[in-house]
Amino acid sequence: MPVDNVRLDHKIICGVVEPEAHVLDLGCGDGSLMLLLTDQKNARVQGIEVSDEKIYECVAKGASVFHGNIDTGLSEYPDKSFDYIILNQSLQEVIKVDFVLNEALRVGQKVIVGFSNFAYYKARIDVFFRGRAPVTESLPSQWHQTPNLHFLSIRDFENYCAQKKLNVLDRFYLGEDKLVGFLPNLFALNAIFVVSR
Amino acid sequence: MTDKDLGHIETRFFTFAGGSDKLVLESGQVLGPVTLAYETYGSLNAERSNAILVLHAFSGDAHAAGYHEGDRKPGWWDSMIGPGKAIDTGKYFVICSNVIGGCKGSTGPGSTNPETGKPYALDFPIVTIADMVNAQRHLIDHMGIDRLLSVIGGSMGGMQALQWVASYPERIRSAVPIATTLKHSPQQIAFNEVGRQAIMADPEWNRGDYYGKSSPESGLAIARMVGHITYMSDKSMEAKFSRKLREKESGDIFDPDFEVEGYLRHQGDSFVQRFDANTYLYITKALDYFDLSGQKLIPAGKKIDVRFLVIAFKSDWLYPSYQAQEVIRQLKMRHMDATYMEIKSTYGHDAFLLEVDEETMLIRPFLNRLFEEGEQNAG
Repeated sequence: MPVDNVRLDHKIICGVVEPEAHVLDLGCGDGSLMLLLTDQKNARVQGIEVSDEKIYECVAKGASVFHGNIDTGLSEYPDKSFDYIILNQSLQEVIKVDFVLNEALRVGQKVIVGFSNFAYYKARIDVFFRGRAPVTESLPSQWHQTPNLHFLSIRDFENYCAQKKLNVLDRFYLGEDKLVGFLPNLFALNAIFVVSR
Repeated sequence: MTDKDLGHIETRFFTFAGGSDKLVLESGQVLGPVTLAYETYGSLNAERSNAILVLHAFSGDAHAAGYHEGDRKPGWWDSMIGPGKAIDTGKYFVICSNVIGGCKGSTGPGSTNPETGKPYALDFPIVTIADMVNAQRHLIDHMGIDRLLSVIGGSMGGMQALQWVASYPERIRSAVPIATTLKHSPQQIAFNEVGRQAIMADPEWNRGDYYGKSSPESGLAIARMVGHITYMSDKSMEAKFSRKLREKESGDIFDPDFEVEGYLRHQGDSFVQRFDANTYLYITKALDYFDLSGQKLIPAGKKIDVRFLVIAFKSDWLYPSYQAQEVIRQLKMRHMDATYMEIKSTYGHDAFLLEVDEETMLIRPFLNRLFEEGEQNAG
């Protein structure tokens, strides 16, 4: 796969994961990140996905995936049995955020969390000046169509990690096609955190 | 014949354990000689790395694909096996064998007991799923195949696929258990027991000694009727029959009125033409005894290199998806490379024979990836 066509968040996650790592991708979607990690990092990747259509896409790509709901937890997996657990754009869609994140931290050495920043300036403009629920590049759905159950900002997640005493090992703030350095909670569309306990 | 057809196929026979070296069964009893009826499709490559063993369900046989001379209907999984199909005979060498205990050309209770010169009947030893798989392993040895690319089967065929994992993991690269379980639930045993009782309550059964005489046809037909009910779903029966009425054949007040009654009677009547009542008893017992739950699938501490594709169906209430998920639970605990899918279907347990498009979307790429990896490693 030509690396130029790879989504920025996938590129960054791929940069974090070490070669030969054992990875569990929760809410793995169509499997494109799994394929990237297998190709570029020779990682051993297993996915879990709830959507039927996405599973067929994963299998067509040659990825291994379980049809299931991540809200029911990871009880079969022994503690610290994966190098990385990935929750990219899926934590906002689970019902029990605390439970799912705790399970991920139990089973994985490190957890990679990627989410859309609700405090992005265009989202703020939508709310403040237009008086409507934000629709942005990273939050593309109308209020009645969004799969997201939770809306959070970069600052929210920083506070959450501090409250839960999680170690933030790394943080990346993403613009449309490159990283954002300046006032990320205002100017970043997405964020990726690497956390551990 | 189109390019999707295999053309005419013939069943072949492999006999072993003929001398003093008899087949030792799980029970400790011995059986010999043992004949397996089998068919093959496609050709074995020079590396002998493209062989796939397809495993049949309870009432199936070795005739999985293609046409027998003069037949109008193809083998039982012809929709999945053939040139360009999910199990592509242009690439793979596909083997399907009838199980021991069966009545489709393999050694079973209707075969001649060499000690008496008469059919075994109830002198036939109890056989298990592990014994069936052990016999298949002899066939694979005979063909000179060291490692199968995959073992694939639905229902009882899925149990055999799981048994291959437990018995001979080093002989397979992957397993595809479909609509199956690690062990029968009391409900599944109960349905089998109704079938067995229907046969044994038929006076013609005569404690299994009916060969050459009239056979327990009405008992076997009732057993099959119960079976068919469990293979369908409420929805598929509604779609197929609704409450449609049929024309009565006689003036008898309890002649079937409803289409569903006529269908079941027809299924029962045609089944007795092609199946042996004692085989029904023996094989349902093998299904009920089967238990690879807990760590019996992959023993603790044992490292195996087998990839899995596990498939269940939403409306299958005979082998409900929680049973497939129990397989997945075991695989997760052991960090096995696996894919699991619960296919949306309204066909009930029969779905594994009918949901061809969905199964193809899963099985074709799964086999492709394995086969290509094998090629890379070899090259």
